[in-house]
Amino acid sequence: METLLSDLESRFGTTEPRQQRADLAFVRCERNRAVDLITHLRDREGYTHLVFFTAVDIIEQGLFRLTYLLHNPELHTDIGVEVDIDREQAEMESIHRLWAQAATYQRELKEMFGIDFPGSPRVDEPFVLESWDDIPPMRREFDTKAYSEHRFVARPGRETHETTEHMKQKLYPEEEA
Amino acid sequence: MSDTRLYKGIDTRYIPEEPEYVEFDAAERGGPGDRGADVGETGAPDVDLESGKYLKLWQGPNHPGITGNMSVELTVSGDTVWGLKTHVGYLHRGFEKLMERRTYIQNFPLVCRICVPEPDFNEYLYAASVEDLAGLEVPEKAGWLRILTLEMARLTSYLQWIGGQIGAFGVGTVGQWTITHRDYMLDLFEELTGGRIYHMYIIPGGVRGDLPEGFEERMEALLVKIEKLLSEIDLAMFHNAVFKTRAKGLGVITRDMIDRYGITGPNARAAGVARDIRKDQPYLGYDELDFEVVTAQNSDAYDRAWVRRQEMQQSVSLIRQILKRIPKTGPIHTKLPNVLHWRIPPGQTWHRAECTRGEYGYYMVADGTIYPRRVYVRGPSYTHAIAVMEKLAVGTNIADIAGLMVSLHTYPPEIER
Repeated sequence: METLLSDLESRFGTTEPRQQRADLAFVRCERNRAVDLITHLRDREGYTHLVFFTAVDIIEQGLFRLTYLLHNPELHTDIGVEVDIDREQAEMESIHRLWAQAATYQRELKEMFGIDFPGSPRVDEPFVLESWDDIPPMRREFDTKAYSEHRFVARPGRETHETTEHMKQKLYPEEEA
Repeated sequence: MSDTRLYKGIDTRYIPEEPEYVEFDAAERGGPGDRGADVGETGAPDVDLESGKYLKLWQGPNHPGITGNMSVELTVSGDTVWGLKTHVGYLHRGFEKLMERRTYIQNFPLVCRICVPEPDFNEYLYAASVEDLAGLEVPEKAGWLRILTLEMARLTSYLQWIGGQIGAFGVGTVGQWTITHRDYMLDLFEELTGGRIYHMYIIPGGVRGDLPEGFEERMEALLVKIEKLLSEIDLAMFHNAVFKTRAKGLGVITRDMIDRYGITGPNARAAGVARDIRKDQPYLGYDELDFEVVTAQNSDAYDRAWVRRQEMQQSVSLIRQILKRIPKTGPIHTKLPNVLHWRIPPGQTWHRAECTRGEYGYYMVADGTIYPRRVYVRGPSYTHAIAVMEKLAVGTNIADIAGLMVSLHTYPPEIER
């Protein structure tokens, strides 16, 4: 895969190539060249299978890191293309014309992270959530515990058992409190 | 009758051989793939809801064609489906979000709950991802015990599925047999792991326990029972006129759809695409085991069922091989650091495995803290139940929707992670 990684660097200016295993590598790409790169990998390099497409919220840097994982069924290798986009302008070019199932991933990313993909089919339709009126729940600042405490009423007499304390007593009794 | 061949009490004349390849165009009028609708050149039907000829109909969320809760919104005219939209969200439990708020070890009992009928793949892939990022080696014996549970899970899942497939076409008897045999396998899971459904057996660093005494003998006795059951399924299902008539030509996946729709597993292999992660990117000890990738040609519901039926037999053979390979002695677990303060070095990785429905995988991003930054779970149903199902349903008879859905073998929990 080393040849491919250096080829992608010269053609598309990819950065931070990381080879996790012999059959798995990751590269980072500028947002405006990402779809060209992905199309090249699909049509010229045999990475015809879109394994998944998701996002990682890196809130401390103010960005979302989109990850497209592509698989080459002949060579049995995977390459992950990472694309950083601004959290405040969370919008990316759609790839639904490259893979039919990409529209589903994009619809979910719109709902869960608030990332828009203009032109992607049914991208504004709810995917899992109905009547959701809060921020997209997969964003890091969405606090699940605070939400549930605000939204639902705890049953009187309900006790919480902290698993960490139990594990500490069971596994590491000598550890100080 | 002089030419009757008996095999363990079964008349083998009726055991089907590999289906013959029949070439046809799914949209050809009057052909075996024709289900009555004119879907036009683009495959997209022209539906005018104002015309009064069409009806919107909801099936679900408790749908006969699915394990778990999922609805389909059908547009029908007469008894022909002209459009389908998949609706999920009835069992959203937010696993991926929860995992970001729990330590690596606290996530271990959580991941198996993502897929009820086949939880062990979640355990293995989560453990493999953590081990990869943390640089942990797994003892040899633990590797073989892992592969044993994965094949037991495959057989358990197929036993549940096959009863559902023929049940969707109105034959309930086979499901009663297979669910009984699934329960026998769950008994063995309980012996090995302490749990019937959620096993929580494959832990980062190894497995939680060794084989109980006499386990191999009890497993062999069950495998013999399952082989007998498979012969009976051949008679009751694959030689059943109702199943053959309704499943042949139903939901044909063409070869050009495979990569375009991200189709994997038996759904791809039934189209003649010989892809199996156990062969292509062997994990655990699959490269040391003797098995062939099962494929078919017609790529309809019948062939998909036939591929899965053969893979059940394959699983029986693999379990026998694995039991012979498990070392009698040796450690089953690597010592972990203090799991309450376990920081995984920053990085990201991806691990995949071949589950009954296709490609299952975990993408994990670590940021050096005690919590994972992101865990993404890739289940094959994500595309099979939505993009593929929405395409294949067009032109199908409404009575065949459940059968089509089961033939894609979809589990909604892996869509709503």
